Amino acid sequence: MAFFMQQVVNALQRGSFYALIALGYSMVYGVLMLFNFAHGDVFMVGAYIGFFVSSGLLALSAVGFLSLPTGVTLALVLVLTLIISMLLNSVVGMLVERIGYRPLRGAPRASAAITGLMIGIILETSNLALLGAQRRSFPDLIPGETIHVLGVNITPKKIVIVAVSLLLMFGLHLFVRRTKWGMAMRAMAYDYVVVPLMGVSINTIALLTFGLGSALAAAAGILYGVAYPVLDPYMGVLFGWKAFVAAIVGGRGSVLGAGLAGFLLGFIEIFVAAFLPSTMRDLIAFSIILVILTFRPHGFFGEPYSAQLRL
Amino acid sequence: MKKRTVWTGLTLLMLLSMTFVGACGPGVDTIKIGINAPLTGDIPKVGEGTKYAAEMWLEDINAAGGLDVGGTTYKVELFIEDNESKGESAVAANTKLITQDEVLVIVGPQASKQAVPAGGKANELETPMVSPWSTNPDTTLDRPWVFRACFLDPFQGPVVANFVQEEFGYTKAAVLYDIASDYPKGLAEFFKMAWEEAQGAGSVVTFESFTTGDTDFSAQLTKIKESGAEFIFTPQYYNEVALIVQQAHELGWTAPIVGSDSWGSAETVELCGEDCYGLFFSTHYAAAGAVGETKAFIDRYNENHGYVPDDVAALTWDTMGIVQRAIQDCGEITGDIKADRKCVRDALAKITDYDGITGKMTFTEEGDPIKCAVLVRISEAGEFEFYEQVCP
Repeated sequence: MAFFMQQVVNALQRGSFYALIALGYSMVYGVLMLFNFAHGDVFMVGAYIGFFVSSGLLALSAVGFLSLPTGVTLALVLVLTLIISMLLNSVVGMLVERIGYRPLRGAPRASAAITGLMIGIILETSNLALLGAQRRSFPDLIPGETIHVLGVNITPKKIVIVAVSLLLMFGLHLFVRRTKWGMAMRAMAYDYVVVPLMGVSINTIALLTFGLGSALAAAAGILYGVAYPVLDPYMGVLFGWKAFVAAIVGGRGSVLGAGLAGFLLGFIEIFVAAFLPSTMRDLIAFSIILVILTFRPHGFFGEPYSAQLRL
Repeated sequence: MKKRTVWTGLTLLMLLSMTFVGACGPGVDTIKIGINAPLTGDIPKVGEGTKYAAEMWLEDINAAGGLDVGGTTYKVELFIEDNESKGESAVAANTKLITQDEVLVIVGPQASKQAVPAGGKANELETPMVSPWSTNPDTTLDRPWVFRACFLDPFQGPVVANFVQEEFGYTKAAVLYDIASDYPKGLAEFFKMAWEEAQGAGSVVTFESFTTGDTDFSAQLTKIKESGAEFIFTPQYYNEVALIVQQAHELGWTAPIVGSDSWGSAETVELCGEDCYGLFFSTHYAAAGAVGETKAFIDRYNENHGYVPDDVAALTWDTMGIVQRAIQDCGEITGDIKADRKCVRDALAKITDYDGITGKMTFTEEGDPIKCAVLVRISEAGEFEFYEQVCP
């Protein structure tokens, strides 16, 4: 039982990252009907921004800029890092939209997909060129002893990671449901031909969508850095692909679906490795997903008809 | 239009013939040595160590005015190619070095994942290649043109197994390794064989794997913890070591985690931090407490680059020395690249008792040296401390 519960905790942490990244894929698809294949690399950029912001803040506090107890300083650094990096990374996302995708509005969808892959490679290789190939060790922003509860080992890290991602997802849900901007996004998702005629600018909404998605990716990047403190320029490739799969399983364009499917993917990956030979983890995990898609080709929350309200 | 085509053709022809003239020109005065290293990709620190050690060797050669072969002094040029830490790129790098740059001999690649396929290409194109760091048997197996400067995994596996039994008296082992990479996979299997030979079938209670690029090992580690294993053996590269050790500790694992020579990077402790203190691994040399030539090399490297060189740098240094000796033993560089390569290969095979900073080396018929392994403990200061030596 303890073994099972421990794996549940492991899966919750893993799933949080997939969910946060999958949201970015799904929102962009909902509004603009394109998959932003550079999103995995935007996540990588977010992690690096988080690395530099947190290192900078820690250096500032080390020279006595802030004189607070260590625990408080670290918590403050984490919160500030999250906020600053999310803002900066949303600018990165908006630039990707402005430079990469806006000129292609109305072009065949394959062009946008190719552009996305290309932007991804540009982000990876320019990181490699600017920062070099050596690994970065993300500062430990959430230290603390492992807590034992009924034979399950939980670190403060795991709790914070899952809590912050759930909080962000809930925040996004409120934004999309309760605000005027959210309503504009939903309207655009409903019909991106007629809505611009009503005076809602598609370019503004596209920027907003990319900004939101990239901000979430930055949060995922920082939490990822805290959990797996070895950053490299290609960290977003495989991870981005898996989150993309989660977005598909959740139903293209569905925010709720993407979140749930992210956690589902985390659970499948962890539990396949836990109960079946770990050698075949990805094979079995993605076979399961293939079976799900065979029976629900539009994912859990996707509609067969693309011009439907999904956000 | 037609005229332009003719001109283009003529220009191309001229350029082509110039390349040939350049290559076949009489009176060779430069010896070209190829370096095939992972400058980018998964293990860039390994590539950096390779490059720095090779450049240090070249500095010495240049300071002496060149390389003296049979009374004639030659300039030496290094061609450093990046293999991106990928097998296919390592093959491409070797092909370029051999056919385009026309190097006399190749040093590298380092990791077995690249050295095994790249060695095949060097053997096929009949160019001598010496891998400083690749411990997988397949690198040199049935390849008369391929050599290495380190011990092999069929030796290293039992060394680690014996050490753990003698040091800790454990009987139940767990193994966690990357199934998609030649070196960890090979070594994990050799270790398992040695352990089960000593402790009986089923004494490796869990044999867990993952694939290159994975960062989350919590499922496998939870399984290992549940299995009742007394320690974990994980023959992984430095970037994964940090993640595995930290995650194991977070899951409440307190028993030893033992590693192999791939842990010996200068970056292991930097990424892993205090989590790695007190752990053991087998390797080629121990930097802390070294004496003589070895110490001279370490101090010089440290002075130039600001950190203690890892085993890759030390082995590359020795490899450059072996290659130098082979070229000098050859006696004469004729300019006929085919004959010269053959001559260097034969000289390499005949090298006996080369006194390197990582130990004495004599090549067997397979092109493998017989060398001692060292067990190292990561000290509380984060240094690699000599613990004991095991010789074949």
